[in-house]
Formats: sequence, structure tokens, C-alpha cells
Amino acid sequence: MKLPTLREAGTEAKLLLIGIPVFIWTMVPIYHMFVFAISPKEDAFSGKLWPDHPTLHNFSIVFHQQHYFLRDFWIQFWNSTVIALAAGALTLFVATAAAFSISRLRVPGGRAVMNLALFTYFIPAAFLAVPMYRTMGNYGLLNNQWSLILAMVTIASPYAIWVLKQASDKLPVELDEAATMDGASTLQLFRLVYLPLMMPSLVAIGTYAILLAWNEYLYAFLLLSNDTDITLPVALGNFLAADDSPWELLMTTGFIYALPPAAIYYAFKRYMVGGLTAGAVKS
Amino acid sequence: MAITLSASDAPSPPLSARLSPPQVWGIVLLTPYLLVFFAFVLYPVCYGLWLARHPASYVALYNDPIFARAAVNTLIFLVIGINIKMLIALFLSGFFAQQRPWIRWLSVIFILPWAVPSIPTILSVRFMLNPEWGMVNQLIFKFTGDDGPNWLNDPTVALTMAIGVHIWKSLPFWTLILLTGRLAISNDLFEAADVDGASWWQKFRFITWPSMQTLYITCTLLSMIWTLGDFNSVYLLTGGGPADLTHVLSTLGIRYLRLDQLPLAMASIVCAMPFVLPLVYFMMKRLSR
Repeated sequence: MKLPTLREAGTEAKLLLIGIPVFIWTMVPIYHMFVFAISPKEDAFSGKLWPDHPTLHNFSIVFHQQHYFLRDFWIQFWNSTVIALAAGALTLFVATAAAFSISRLRVPGGRAVMNLALFTYFIPAAFLAVPMYRTMGNYGLLNNQWSLILAMVTIASPYAIWVLKQASDKLPVELDEAATMDGASTLQLFRLVYLPLMMPSLVAIGTYAILLAWNEYLYAFLLLSNDTDITLPVALGNFLAADDSPWELLMTTGFIYALPPAAIYYAFKRYMVGGLTAGAVKS
Repeated sequence: MAITLSASDAPSPPLSARLSPPQVWGIVLLTPYLLVFFAFVLYPVCYGLWLARHPASYVALYNDPIFARAAVNTLIFLVIGINIKMLIALFLSGFFAQQRPWIRWLSVIFILPWAVPSIPTILSVRFMLNPEWGMVNQLIFKFTGDDGPNWLNDPTVALTMAIGVHIWKSLPFWTLILLTGRLAISNDLFEAADVDGASWWQKFRFITWPSMQTLYITCTLLSMIWTLGDFNSVYLLTGGGPADLTHVLSTLGIRYLRLDQLPLAMASIVCAMPFVLPLVYFMMKRLSR
């Protein structure tokens, strides 16, 4: 093993000089949340960098719903899960069908629909939220969880269609031709040839839609209001309603809420990075 | 909608009975998305525009000082915030392109803000900045004996913090995208430049930047469009306060909505359209090739 030269050591030092601030910058809010989650109330409010008596008591309070703000924790957790999964499944269905139709079947007007979808993709979600809220009222869907599921499908599917169409375009046309020659019907083509080949992109898109719905705050807080209907992020926001909010419990709940998406993200990172960033911005 | 129509050159299909079975299936499979689009995009947008048709709404907006302030804040957010974010992302993409084991590990950690939901982390920052109980001011007190500033009670500082939270959240995503662009540049170019004794600045100026220029500008515009809708960073950190001085257009729209002034909410969004639509048009031209 040879000793690094002075020049190499200098480069390494410069890299560390960037790396350490980046690490601190990234971790501070997350670390702060974690410290709160394991602190008893007195320690949390005294600004200590590490609590004197770290404890898991906060988690126990949350899991047993032993606080006014947490009395519906498990129902809200369940709501978040169901809505995320439903939005993911529906988005996959809508987007796969549309991408197959546009890219493989070359349906007349497919290009126009693709442009409509792209246009939707570029409307800032917070702008669409205002008229969408009123529309859901007109449809009689306010305070119904379907409104949030459908809103999430609306927001997730344009990007999903776009990514899936890009991926579909890369599959060779000969595949379809060969399958049709062998007498495959359109549906068989879809089910037996198209879906298996698209699996990596489908995993990426499904994950994308589930995370989008799980993380959504604005639409959830506009469309749902009953304590037993709302999702976890809305419940977290509701903590702020009181002046003496139990912040250590808020942070604990937030920590629990943040774990599943982080785990999903890292588990599917391979697909996410390959399937999403490649399609996110085409230079 | 005029933009979508002009951007698409597909002729309207003659719906004759001569459609082949695959085309019939094509239409059937396209229907679910079209239903979603008509019910939850087209109808709400048209309905919203119809609600915003009265000139009186725009007069009321014009007379509302909060609106002017929100428009200025949004511009600051976009022009200053996004450009700072993208410059840092460009810089960090060069850092993460270095081949070192510890930098690989750091890149895994670095993506955390993007992977976790924004609500708990924004609330975490909010409490950190609490003037009495927050960690920041307690540390300031411990080291200097002075009370720290009341961070979120000063509109300038509060807006800066909101921009900071936005950067914290979305920096990893854009760094990752720019990193993919940077890694796509052929290494031969850099080796040739090394042989010729080019400085790092010359390498950046004549190799990296020309190949990443388009990607960088696309990313900046895209980030600007999306940031117009960054409701969470402002709403959850400052709530638009103090005294409604830190609103941006997205939180202002929701504020009017909560006050049951729907025409005003829609009018404030319509006012942003002259800035949004050219960006959207530009992006669509670029992405629908």
C-alpha cells in the first residue's frame, strides 16, 4: 500500500470540505425529528443535541393512541395505506392501457392525447387543487376517500403515461408482428407480450404513484376532513391547531409516517433511478 | 387548451366503421385516461375559468395588498431560489461524479430528503426555528448568552427559510438528474483535456457545460413550473405569516379558497397564467418530440 501523495491528500481534503457540510445539511432536519421521537417531553424542549434519557415511550403512546391528537392513529395509518395502494393500482391500470394504446396500437389521435397528458403534467398541482376542490363538491365526492384516490390518479397518470410510452417505444415492432402472425389477439398481445416486457417500468411507475399518494398533503387536507377519513399527513398538520402541541409526539408520528416511503424508495431504488430519472428529463 | 391543440398535429380521426380490431381496442384502452382527463382536468379547469370571468375579481385582487406581496414573493422564490438551487445542484453533481467509496455512501444518504415525505421534515424545521424552545436558538443562547432572532416572525427571514426548506427537499432530485447528464459525457474528452494540460475551469467551460447546457436549462424551467405549486414549504413552515406577508401564489389561492372566495382564488391563478403558459409550451415542445 503506497502513501498518498501530497496532491492526492489535498484533493481528498477538498472533497471532504464539500462532503461534510452536505452530510450535515442533509441530516439536520431528520436528526432533529429523530431526537424528538426518542426524547421525553422535558428533554425535547430543552434543545439538547442528545436526550439525557433516550426512551421509546413516545412510540408506545402513538401505537396505543394514548393522546387526544392520536386517538385515530391506526385508522389514519390504514387510510393512508389504502389510498396509496388504490391510487397506485388505478394509475397503473389507466396509464398502462393508455401507453399500450398510444405506443403499440398507434390509435388515431394518440399523439393528441399524449399532448393533453403532458399539458396536465405541467399544471402546478396547487393550482389545479382550487378548481378540483369545487369539482369534487359538484360530484358529491367531498369527504369521500374516492375523491383523494381519483385526484391522485389524475396527477400521477400523465407522467406515468409519458414514461411508459417512452419505454414502450423502445420495444421492437417485430415482437407485435410475430405475435399477431401466430394468431394472438390484441388482448393476448397486451397480456402475454407487452406486460412481461414492461415489468421494470411498471414497478417504477407503481412505486412512483404509491409514494406520490402517500406523501400528498394539500389535496388530502382539502378533500377530506373527518378525523376517521383523513390520512396521516393531514393528522400531522392538525397538531398545529393547538398552541401547546405535543411536539415530541408529532415528531414521533412523523417519523413513523416517513419510514415506509423511505424503505420503499431504497428497496426499489434500482428501478426508480433507471426508470424515472432517465425519463424525467429528456435532454 | 389552445396550446395543446396547436402543439399536436394529429388530424382528427374519421370514426368510420372500417376501424381494425386493434384500433377498436386502442380506443377502448384509451378511454379510462380520457375519462379521468375530462372529469378531473378539463371540467375543473373550464369551470374554474368560468368562475374567474368577472372583471370585479381582478379589481379586488389588484386592491388586495396580500396579492401583490404574494406575486413578488413568488418571483423571488422562482428567480432567486430556483437558480441558487440549480447552481448548487450543478456543483454537487460534479462532486458526486467523483469515484470514491465514501462519496457513494454519501450519495445514498443525500437522497433521503427526497425519499421521505416533506410534511414531518418541514414541521421539524419549524420547531427547530421556534424562538423559545427551538434547538437553534437554545444553542445560540448556550454559546453567546444572547437570545437568537425570532426566525419566522420576520417576513424576509421567514421567506428565506421557506426557500431553504424547498431547496433541502428537492436538491437531491435535481443533483441526481444533472449527475446522469454529467456521467453521459465521454471520459475520452476529459482525458484528452488532461493531456493538453487544461485547468478544471477550462474543462468545465469547454467540455462539461456545452454538453449539459440543454439539460440544465430544461431542468431549471421544469423546476420553476413545479415550484409555482410548492404549497407545502410555505404553508407548513410559515403558514403565510407573519401578517400574510410570506404567501406565494399557490398558498394564496388556497387561502382565498378557505375564506370561501373562490372567484378570487381562481383569478389569482389566472393572473399567473401569462408566465406559466409560455414555460409549459416550451417544455411541451421539448418533451413531446
